[in-house]
Amino acid sequence: MSESPLTGTRRWAASPRGGGLLALAAVIALLPLVLGNNYFYEIAILVALNAIVCVGLNLLIGYAGQISLGHAGFFALGGYGSAILSGSYGWPSWLSMPASCAAVGVLAFVVGRPTLRLKGHYLAMATLGLGVIVSIVLSTEDRITGGPDGMSVPPLALFGWALHGEHTWYWIAGAALLLAVWLALNLIESPVGRALRALHGSEIAAETVGIASARYKLKVFVISAVFAAVAGAMTAHYAGFITPVKASFMHSVELVIMVVFGGMASVFGAVVGAAVLTTLPQLLTVLKDYEMMVFGAVLIATMVFFPQGIVPTMARWLARARR
Amino acid sequence: MDSQWLQYVASGLTAGAIYALVALGFSIIYNASRAINFAQGEFVMIGGMSAVTLVGAGLPLWAAVPLAVLAAVAVGLLLEKIAIEPARKADTVTLIIITIGASLLLRGLAQLLWDKRVHSLPAFSGDKPLHFMGATVLPQSLWVLGGAGLAVAALSWFFGRTLFGKAMLATSYNPLAAQLVGISTRKVLFVSFGLAAGLGALGGVLIAPIAFTSYDSGIMLGLKGFAAAMLGGLGSFSGAVLGGLLLGLAEGLGAGFVSSAYKDAIAFVIILAVLFFMPGGLLGARRSDRV
Amino acid sequence: MSLLAVENVSKAFGGVLAIEGVSFDIEPGAVHSIIGPNGAGKTTLLNMLTGIYVPDAGSIRLDGRELRGEPTHRFAAAGIGRTFQNLQVFFNMSALQNVMTGRHLRERCSLFAAMLRTPALTRAEASCLEVARGLLRRVGLAEYEHAASDAMPYGALKRLEIARALAAEPQVLLLDEPAAGLNQTEAREINVLIKSLAAEGTTVILVEHNMKLVMDVSDHVLVLDHGRKLAEGTPAAIASNPLVIEAYLGVDDDPKTPAASPPEGISALLGRPGEGGAWHA
Repeated sequence: MSESPLTGTRRWAASPRGGGLLALAAVIALLPLVLGNNYFYEIAILVALNAIVCVGLNLLIGYAGQISLGHAGFFALGGYGSAILSGSYGWPSWLSMPASCAAVGVLAFVVGRPTLRLKGHYLAMATLGLGVIVSIVLSTEDRITGGPDGMSVPPLALFGWALHGEHTWYWIAGAALLLAVWLALNLIESPVGRALRALHGSEIAAETVGIASARYKLKVFVISAVFAAVAGAMTAHYAGFITPVKASFMHSVELVIMVVFGGMASVFGAVVGAAVLTTLPQLLTVLKDYEMMVFGAVLIATMVFFPQGIVPTMARWLARARR
Repeated sequence: MDSQWLQYVASGLTAGAIYALVALGFSIIYNASRAINFAQGEFVMIGGMSAVTLVGAGLPLWAAVPLAVLAAVAVGLLLEKIAIEPARKADTVTLIIITIGASLLLRGLAQLLWDKRVHSLPAFSGDKPLHFMGATVLPQSLWVLGGAGLAVAALSWFFGRTLFGKAMLATSYNPLAAQLVGISTRKVLFVSFGLAAGLGALGGVLIAPIAFTSYDSGIMLGLKGFAAAMLGGLGSFSGAVLGGLLLGLAEGLGAGFVSSAYKDAIAFVIILAVLFFMPGGLLGARRSDRV
Repeated sequence: MSLLAVENVSKAFGGVLAIEGVSFDIEPGAVHSIIGPNGAGKTTLLNMLTGIYVPDAGSIRLDGRELRGEPTHRFAAAGIGRTFQNLQVFFNMSALQNVMTGRHLRERCSLFAAMLRTPALTRAEASCLEVARGLLRRVGLAEYEHAASDAMPYGALKRLEIARALAAEPQVLLLDEPAAGLNQTEAREINVLIKSLAAEGTTVILVEHNMKLVMDVSDHVLVLDHGRKLAEGTPAAIASNPLVIEAYLGVDDDPKTPAASPPEGISALLGRPGEGGAWHA
């Protein structure tokens, strides 16, 4: 006795997962109505690309309970990889991007195995060390990477057509974000997602129901690295330029702040975190000098008062208010 | 060739002494709270920058230096009260993120209070280099080594001879037992932050004439100090000193003989090597997880 | 051949020999209990049987297959499930999700299927949900079907762990003090649950302090003392075993004191129906 597809679809739309996706799609579709000039489109694109990284990083930090202070390294490697393949070797970008991201995935796999055996502070420092080493290498090997000044990146091209311009990229980034969110939501509601959350809940109990913790930590690490690499590659082709700053410790920290602020175990929280913390500094350029200080204070306040992050805390307030 | 080698050793040990001071700060806070203080490097920066301001305001060096250290200690104590104590019971990831936030906050404040330029301090006893066995050594290097040595001696006196120092050691071995005999672990944590800040600031002041200082000079120093602490064994005081000196030597010799471009990477490679192969460090205990 | 054969296992921590030369066999479909005074090594033994500790010596064989040295999740994969004395519930998930997670070994799910949510996965998830619901009913938690795990009372959480462990369809189920912290009524309900599990053919190994429960539900009892096997046998044999009585009550050296008849003495320990007893936790 299966229900009609229409009822099923309606129920999906009413669920938090389906409803959220629809809402996000609606926002992406309708936002151009309020966006004024290209500058705002640019911010929107940056938000979307940051959000992709954050959704992946959130899987690692919020759901699986691990930490990475070096994810900017994966972001930058994705960008540089595609830049070098398409720029220096003439590969078409529809090939260089997936190739670069796959390579980053392999690197994350190789590097992740010894790293994820560590826990807590040790894991944080190891990922930090990896990220910084990547940024130093990118800065030093100037013959390949253009050194500290970075290198230029050819535009994304499909079937010979170069895709550039804020309006085109808005739709590309928006679609990519929707896809990333959809994939992440599916993952969480699957046996793999439950295994990850079990690791966070009680690693030892997870093992006793047969979850090989090392293997799952590695899986989520690689997934989050690939998300970051995709975002990095897209950013590189969009901006037409990439510098080693993209791999810096500061950038890694910014990404963690976005995830933590928006919400730990919440995909939409990650999107909100990216949106708020990318937009505010851009809009409040008058407060540019205070940016670092404000970020620091926000981080402290969030962890002390809302350790779960903004979105889950607000969701809980709403649930309580409804009762 | 000989004198070159000695040159690298001299400059390496100088940097190493600073790393040792920073590493001691990490170990002290780790012992009191099992937390890594990502803001440790900022204390170094505050020390250096405060000294620059005080000297610029007309104070003689012998007054500016202790005052700068005190300023950093005050900041460290304030930080502990505002950011660390409220989150004492939080899990590791939360604490890490809080100290990262603290480091950003301090750096942001420094950027506002001072500026983004690089500053330097006048050398304590002049710039004229000394010649020692064919190597050229700056007199400031001797100040660095001497100052760091004095600090380490004072610290071991404090932990070995004073009651509160021993109480702090007791807390690091077994916080619960320490509490049961009446030691206030909150006070221990408070004092730990003050001590760590003071040590870091001292390092910042000592090195400012050589390596200069700016609002963001704390990041790298903090990270390298952490590498040194891990190398020697997190929580071990002699390990912190040993790790600092070894790291400095590795950097000096590596930059001189292998590649100066990758000098900064040496510390991070060391962090990774220690974490992967020897998480206890050289002098730290080998822990096994009790279930 | 016995289902689980433990032979001569030992485990030392530093200088402390927690378990020394312990051997026993577990027969399928029976309820076995491991008892002993505090410090006897019960938890250490349990942790070795589930792969959390590696024995320094000896062997642990399930269905003839050597498991010693394997990581914890391989023990689980081989068919050994457990609950924890100090709750290890996944508090970041709902009650149902806890049990569904328990079915991990029965749900083969590839990363791509998970991320793309294939129709096959959707079907598998729906059936997993039904199985989880059934298990909640089985352990008497039907009312908590929609509950968040962190909103459930202690007694319910103990049963939730049992449901989670059962979800993997283990050959052997190890229960680590399932009645700890429960009142009389709740302990009786656990008693009934264990009996019904045994009746279905599940092999249960019980570590417990609640003697009334142990004596009532067990087919076979193993007594540990100071890391060694003191005695084993049926509940009645254990109750009248002078070594066991001595381990718990001590030996009376005064020849003038009339020796309490063993059942009397043990009753003082084990408690009459309705009472707790000397070492009811």
